[in-house]
Amino acid sequence: MSVPQEAMQEFLDKPSLLQRLKTFDWIWAALVVLGAAFVFMRYHTAMDVYEKSFLVLAVPGLVGLGWHWRSIEPYTLAVTLISLLGIWLYHGDYANAEKVFGLKYMFSSQSAIMWMSALFVLATLFYFAGLFGNSEFLEKTGSGLTWTALVMGLSGLMIRWYESYLVDPEFGHIPVSNLYEVFILFCVITGLLYLFYEQRYRNRTLGGFVLLIISAAVAFLLWYSFDRDAHKIQPLVPALKSYWMKIHVPANFIGYGAFALAAMVSVAYLIKDAAVKRAPDGWTAKRLPSLDMLDDLTYKAIALGFAFFTIATILGAMWAAEAWGGYWSWDPKETWALIVWLNYAAWLHLRFTKGWRGTTMAWWAIIGLFVTLFAFLGVNMFLSGLHSYGEL
Amino acid sequence: MMTNARSTSSRLFHFLGSMNLAITLLVLLAIASVIGTILQQNKPYTDYEVKFGSFWFEIYRMLGLYDVYSAIWFLVILAFLILSITVCVIRYTPGILRELRHYRESAKEKSLLAMKHHAVLTTNLPNPDIQAIAQQALKSEKFRFRIANNDSHTTLAAMSGAGNRWGYWFTHLGMIVLLLGGLLDSRLPLMLAEWQGKLKPETRNIPASEVPQISRLGPQSFAYRGSVDVPEGKRANVIFLNVRDGYLVQRLPFEVEVKDFRVEHYSTGQPKSFESDIVIYDPDHKEPISTTISVNHPMIYKGTAIYQASFGDGGSEIDMRLRPFNVQYANQDVKGNIFQNYTLKASNANYQVELKDFRIFNINPVTDEKGKVHQKNMGPSLIFRLRNAAGEAIEYTNYMAPVEIEGRPYFISGVRTSPADPQRFLHIPADSNSSVDLFFNYLRKLQDNAAVRKAVTNMTQDSMKDSELSNPAMQEQVIDSMIRLTEMFASSGFEGIQQDLAQRFPKEKVEEASKAFMKVLQAALRAVYMDTLAEQGKTELTDKDWLFFDDSLAAIANLPFYGSPWYVQMTNFKHIQASGLQMTRSPGQNIVYLGSIMLTIGVFLLFYIARRRLWILIKPRDDGQSDVILAGTTNRNQKDFDHYFQGLQSAFQRALTARGA
Repeated sequence: MSVPQEAMQEFLDKPSLLQRLKTFDWIWAALVVLGAAFVFMRYHTAMDVYEKSFLVLAVPGLVGLGWHWRSIEPYTLAVTLISLLGIWLYHGDYANAEKVFGLKYMFSSQSAIMWMSALFVLATLFYFAGLFGNSEFLEKTGSGLTWTALVMGLSGLMIRWYESYLVDPEFGHIPVSNLYEVFILFCVITGLLYLFYEQRYRNRTLGGFVLLIISAAVAFLLWYSFDRDAHKIQPLVPALKSYWMKIHVPANFIGYGAFALAAMVSVAYLIKDAAVKRAPDGWTAKRLPSLDMLDDLTYKAIALGFAFFTIATILGAMWAAEAWGGYWSWDPKETWALIVWLNYAAWLHLRFTKGWRGTTMAWWAIIGLFVTLFAFLGVNMFLSGLHSYGEL
Repeated sequence: MMTNARSTSSRLFHFLGSMNLAITLLVLLAIASVIGTILQQNKPYTDYEVKFGSFWFEIYRMLGLYDVYSAIWFLVILAFLILSITVCVIRYTPGILRELRHYRESAKEKSLLAMKHHAVLTTNLPNPDIQAIAQQALKSEKFRFRIANNDSHTTLAAMSGAGNRWGYWFTHLGMIVLLLGGLLDSRLPLMLAEWQGKLKPETRNIPASEVPQISRLGPQSFAYRGSVDVPEGKRANVIFLNVRDGYLVQRLPFEVEVKDFRVEHYSTGQPKSFESDIVIYDPDHKEPISTTISVNHPMIYKGTAIYQASFGDGGSEIDMRLRPFNVQYANQDVKGNIFQNYTLKASNANYQVELKDFRIFNINPVTDEKGKVHQKNMGPSLIFRLRNAAGEAIEYTNYMAPVEIEGRPYFISGVRTSPADPQRFLHIPADSNSSVDLFFNYLRKLQDNAAVRKAVTNMTQDSMKDSELSNPAMQEQVIDSMIRLTEMFASSGFEGIQQDLAQRFPKEKVEEASKAFMKVLQAALRAVYMDTLAEQGKTELTDKDWLFFDDSLAAIANLPFYGSPWYVQMTNFKHIQASGLQMTRSPGQNIVYLGSIMLTIGVFLLFYIARRRLWILIKPRDDGQSDVILAGTTNRNQKDFDHYFQGLQSAFQRALTARGA
């Protein structure tokens, strides 16, 4: 007895990955491979075994990410093009940042970051206008602006990376070494995470909430850069001259970004919950997504953040073992990382085993952000220890 | 009795493995950890005593707050956490294994219909066709399943996502492995030895060779982490382990020599790298092993990792010239080493000079005329303390070379009585030979009454020659008061003169008198200054000379507050650095890493693999058709499962009707 093929083919209405791929996906993947091959051929003599393996692993990693989330494809292309344009405009002379029009107003890292900042704030306004005005057009504009801001932000970081070598070849380093640089990273990662979920849930109403915290980060960034000249490219202190920095810091910021996202979604949860209790058919109750979805999104963000924060902390311990002589020193930054980790571990345990949901967990996710914020900023501001790189 | 005992132990087991205890421990651990970050740990105990007062100091000490992470109560929390996780794993593992093996093919129709996700479909397909469709569907969805035939119905019980359960084991066992690995590297053995009285940290500041046996650890220690400062050209065979307010001396299984320590700088003057050339001498090796370590690039030898941790002075040789501010005494030339103390005689008392530190670079921010801040190297400096017979000390920071401020060079000396105070500075103007000679010549002349008399007599005679007021008695009076004022100024500054005036004149007259006296004093000071320069053959004074005059007076006026009988001038030095080496033996490290990897894998399995169960119950009806009951559960991501189940349901619907049509 056999079952007809056609019935089974359509069984779950779910084509396989390869079937889903379109021409553009393949073109993009080919570009990634070609790009990596070009980098390898041109620079392999300057690369050590770690750098080579990272480059090789980056190819399937990026292709997988792009195929899993298609928007990454045009995004990476735009970032690559703008970064290359910025680098080309420099013609190998840092002084061009002030001389060449395209750099001065658009693509020098400082200008690109300013564009990112302005676009994020604008996007926040559009998202909220869309939410209050019940306008899909405004919300879509918000998404568009956010994407543009993200392109400028990541390109800015890439160009800054190049600039650091232009200032002085000895200064050159990945731009994740001080508060100014990691704030940009935070904005970019939080924005990307948000857009991923925006597409997954097909809902743009949370954009304003999440971009609010990005705008706060932007405000800090602007103050920091105008008041403290923080955007000046400085050489690395010896303790930071390590390959570990390149992976430890970004992994940490995926965690921070996801926790920030979870907290802002929880704010929306609490507003929705209060609105539903007061007037189930009221305007707010109708406009915001369902409590179920908000709860689910909060969980997903915390789970993602927790996973990456775990990796980041372990990488940090491995780096510490190489730099400070011990994988764990109870240094304030380490200890606060542990506190953040324990806090979310407790949150996840209660959700998994006791099935806790609702306002308590939403409040907890918001408090969690403050704990995280202290680990990120407060420790550097108020406590002294080994991690004294990002002082205010 | 038996049942009672069993119930007590089972209750204990239940309590230890309970989620409430686990959550409590996580939160408790977090709160306890906060304490150790707010209160700086392992500082000298006197600092705490000053900060909290002796009452609270003692209470906090008993609570172990100065070393929270080694406090008994903190270790107890950690021990309970390990215990709690272990019991949790032991308690739930049998259930999980059972669950992984059992497909629950005997699930009743009623319980399936009670599930949140269920659907009842009807089809006219024969039972084997339905089964075939169901089987193919489950296979393509990567479910493992079993079929149970019953007289009234057939059940296909399926499940997927066993990885989720592996996630549970990996995370929890990973945590246990990680904590036990950490325990191997911990100081628990030292603490136990201390409790047994076999070990006692040394608190005195004495050379390692004089530390008694009870504060020493042999080279066979299992794990350690400590540090030692090794001057260039010297060897070390011990490290110091800090324990609360004291230390233990840990013998190394080898000797380390620091050949050279280097700091490299960027073009901006910021440090680029710290590195040491070291040589390891080990009786097991005939040849010594030479290598270079730097920050982020330790050397690992026989399980001991050697890190570049810090640097400092290694006892630099300093040549000093002590120039007394009092004319009666002669200069002294002294040779010394950093970290040594020297007793020296000044005027009428003995002082102890304690050489504390030598810095070859002093890169400080300097604001230029345009208000821009630059980093400027102010050259070598010597830091020393001067302790008087009463034991009171003042700390000085003297720069070797003159420093330019607003275009004029000064020898700078920073003063403070306690490390917490901000430094105050004495600026001694440097003469055209970049030396303090002119200043001291002038100062000595001011203190020499005969010289002052000579200078002011010449001056008054010059100025009064043409005057009609020429009156030898008055002239003599003026000269006397000039000498007296100058003497007073040279010993106690403007302040001393003001005090003197306040005593001699009624309140309302003081200001007037002060103005008059200052005029007289100024004239005398100028006269002596001009005389000093004239001796060097300089009679035409420029603006620059007068600025030097002003600066000299400012410096002399500050001398009464300077507190030192000498100006200590560094004349030469031989820089000897010490490299701060940290050495760690942590046999638990790889175990910790193994635990970490398990934890990471586990977290991803736990979050991203959902354990799903599906049941397909096929039940023939009397009318020849069949009811197909589809039901499912998941332990993760209910929302995703909603979507998934709906897709499944409609696909089934289509498959069953497509064939049935």
